[in-house]
Amino acid sequence: MIQLKNICKYYQVGDDRVRALDHANLHIYPQEFVSIIGPSGSGKSTMMNIIGCLDIADAGEYLLDGLPIESYSENQLAKIRNEKIGFVFQQYNLIPKLTAEENVELPLIYQKVPKKERMERVKEALNKVNMYPRAKHLPTELSGGQQQRVSIARAIVTRPKLILADEPTGALDSKTSKEIIDIFHDLHAQGNTIVLITHDGGIAKQAQRSIHILDGQISEVTL
Amino acid sequence: MQSFVMALRSIGANKMRAILTMLGIIIGVMALVVLVSLVSGTTDSVTGAVSDLGTSLVTVTVSDDKGKPIHLSDLDDWTKEPDIGLISARTSSTVVGKHGADYDSVTVYGTTPSYYDIQGLQLSMGRWLKSSDQKNAAYVCVLNDAAATELVGYTDCVGEKITLNGVQFTVVGVLEENEDSLTSMLTSGMLMAYIPYSSLIRLTDSVSSDVTTFYISAAEGSTVDAAADAMEKILMERFDEDEDAFDVDASNMLEEAMNSVTSALSILLGGIAGISLVVGGIGIMNIMMVTVTERTREIGIRKAIGASRGNILTQFLMEAVVLCMMGCGLGIFLSWAILQVVSTVTVSAGLTFSLNMGVVGLAVAFCFLIGVVFGLYPANKAAKMKPIDALHYGG
Repeated sequence: MIQLKNICKYYQVGDDRVRALDHANLHIYPQEFVSIIGPSGSGKSTMMNIIGCLDIADAGEYLLDGLPIESYSENQLAKIRNEKIGFVFQQYNLIPKLTAEENVELPLIYQKVPKKERMERVKEALNKVNMYPRAKHLPTELSGGQQQRVSIARAIVTRPKLILADEPTGALDSKTSKEIIDIFHDLHAQGNTIVLITHDGGIAKQAQRSIHILDGQISEVTL
Repeated sequence: MQSFVMALRSIGANKMRAILTMLGIIIGVMALVVLVSLVSGTTDSVTGAVSDLGTSLVTVTVSDDKGKPIHLSDLDDWTKEPDIGLISARTSSTVVGKHGADYDSVTVYGTTPSYYDIQGLQLSMGRWLKSSDQKNAAYVCVLNDAAATELVGYTDCVGEKITLNGVQFTVVGVLEENEDSLTSMLTSGMLMAYIPYSSLIRLTDSVSSDVTTFYISAAEGSTVDAAADAMEKILMERFDEDEDAFDVDASNMLEEAMNSVTSALSILLGGIAGISLVVGGIGIMNIMMVTVTERTREIGIRKAIGASRGNILTQFLMEAVVLCMMGCGLGIFLSWAILQVVSTVTVSAGLTFSLNMGVVGLAVAFCFLIGVVFGLYPANKAAKMKPIDALHYGG
């Protein structure tokens, strides 16, 4: 599913060249639930950006579902993100002036799915996260946990191969966090591939497999 | 369609700002539409008044007769055309006029009886030239007011004898002095005598029986343009389809002069209004730049979930264009309202103003263009953002 080979990513900070990722190798199989854990500054956000095709590595090879990502153009990457990846962000990243329903609908609009089918799929996705009754609400009218559920619905509405969650519980209290993690467990049980990035060991342990990242180096811990 | 709805929503999300932004376009459109409509409304009513004076006639000049010169008899034949009313030939010569011991230079027009009606002349006394004068090449003349007072010495001179180029003529009529018409202004103080065309041929060597200049008027129920077209057709046939051999001019001088003044005025005012539209467009661009920066994060989110460059570009371009077109629509509506108000005030003076559809079309096209031109840069800026940078912007 995901294959990283000798991925390197550098940042120029003043005169120094910082290695955010240093020859990282990673293999994630279909229908796996993998967590990536590391302290802040360890390179896990860079990792997430590269896996999510939001950024391109400076060196190395990345195969997503067999596609060599380095060789794609920006617009092709947009299409890949749209069709193959569902993002869940720490800050929810919902568009504030669109309702829950419209936020979930957006990726389907970019896929040019017809209106009728869009509405059905939006309803289905919102039902999966128990948010359909609040479909007409704006994000500001929802609690943090509810916003995160909507953003999960947005991630799964396209039926992506990979769900990529970046600290999905980072801004939530422990009770709500548990509910969100339960949703990920459900999604995993339904056969989705999930990559969850966190700095919280307790949450990382819930995955089948946990990958540690420190100073751009990867070490694997199988649970 | 989807992007149109999106554009409307994001404009609606910030109504006050949208209205302030549109204000530049609204004022620009109003300036353009109102000014041009006022000018064209005034022009229409004034030219209407001018053509009501009956001065509309067609002037025909022949420069190359191709061996088939036009004679007076041809003119009579052509009056049978349904669109053509009257035809009158005119030629002129400058001769020495004498009355007793007084002499002066006199412009002599050789013409035909119908000239009187075509030109809308007015007699103050006596009679105009008759067709029998024409047939007999009679030595009779009609003087203008200046010729009567300067040469003869008094206006009531019907029956007096004057000599033109040594030939004695009897004055049969005197024209009224018409100070209002443009022709009389241009010829004021000129001594003029009208004699039969045939008489002038006999009087001077410089005039032959070949007609080179003649005037036609439209038949009752027809238009000047139709008469000119009919004439042109006849002459094209006669002169082997050579359109350079003759000239058919249907416009009268006054109308032409006024048209050139008003069209220059329209262009000038329209140009100034156009500048204010461009300024309005810069306002749109400015606010779109702010919008793009403000919504960097939104752009990042949209890109992350799969929006292509084209999607983002369309979204922001659509917003700019919709903003412009809304301003344009409001501006046109307000222009209409202003013209209605102005019309109620000026209706007593016989002037009414309505939207000039040509300039409305121009305003719509121009606004669209401004929306595209000034929306393109901000939209492109938005489209070029890297998803990762946009996503992490401001937190």
